[in-house]
Amino acid sequence: MKSLAELQAIRNRMIEQVNMRKDDNIDTRIVVGMATCGIAAGARPVMLEFVEELKRRGLENVTVAQTGCIGMCRLEPMVEVYVKDQEKVTYVHMSPEKVARVVTEHIVNGRPVDEYTIGYQG
Amino acid sequence: MMRELSDNIMDIAQNSISAGAALTEVHVKVSHADNLITFVFQDDGCGMSEELVQSVIEPFTTTRKTRKVGLGLPLLKQTAEMTGGTLDIRSTVGVGTTVTATFGLDHIDRPPMGDVAGAWFSLVVMNPEKEFLFTYDYDGQVFTFDTREVRAAVAPIPLNQMEISAWIQECLQSEINELHGGNFT
Repeated sequence: MKSLAELQAIRNRMIEQVNMRKDDNIDTRIVVGMATCGIAAGARPVMLEFVEELKRRGLENVTVAQTGCIGMCRLEPMVEVYVKDQEKVTYVHMSPEKVARVVTEHIVNGRPVDEYTIGYQG
Repeated sequence: MMRELSDNIMDIAQNSISAGAALTEVHVKVSHADNLITFVFQDDGCGMSEELVQSVIEPFTTTRKTRKVGLGLPLLKQTAEMTGGTLDIRSTVGVGTTVTATFGLDHIDRPPMGDVAGAWFSLVVMNPEKEFLFTYDYDGQVFTFDTREVRAAVAPIPLNQMEISAWIQECLQSEINELHGGNFT
């Protein structure tokens, strides 16, 4: 395995930061449907892109989590975004290309990307 | 069918999580000498009765309460068999389950291996409290990744903390790349 010493250095740096991530610091949750249907439709690259985009922007108070089958397999990959004190937004037919826009417009600026959401009719 | 074999890894390993496994092992073996790819999933979850083991490869078997289909293992079996490989499931209630799938390495219908590092990484960051043991054996060269070692090194920081997970991702990617020089699909 890659040097664990390097990992301990990261840990020591983290532990000094007072603002250790606690649940009450989390104000947004991104939940990706990761059942067989989601995975088959390409949920993994979508989830990895969310992780990547959050890292790029240093958004520490956002978590990426997974859920099982949301129940509308033909709309996978599906992603639910829970912003604190707001109604859940469900995105359908997600792709890695759509991720940056969701993060910028919705997660950062608070405006859901309507055209990617479920039931959107252009 | 899944687009990549690595998608099956995530899907099947997730069954172990659902079975309440504390430790989920995923072993990937590529052997050009045997012309075979082997996946072994081993967990210490709740296990299955013999009856359930028999029926679990049927698409209309699932332990899920919300609906009556479960496709993970049937898809894996289909993919294994269409490449001349096999699927074997052994389970003991209260002890755990071992699923072994083999695929014909040079079979024309074998899906690409895909992003194994990404699949493993997803499992870890999506289940940061669970332990995983991953091994990748590429023609005898073996890479081992054990979340218990990582956890011991970083405790009490969770494995899905951004910098820790970035390290894990980088580690998995570079070590697997090193095994096969990045030119194995």
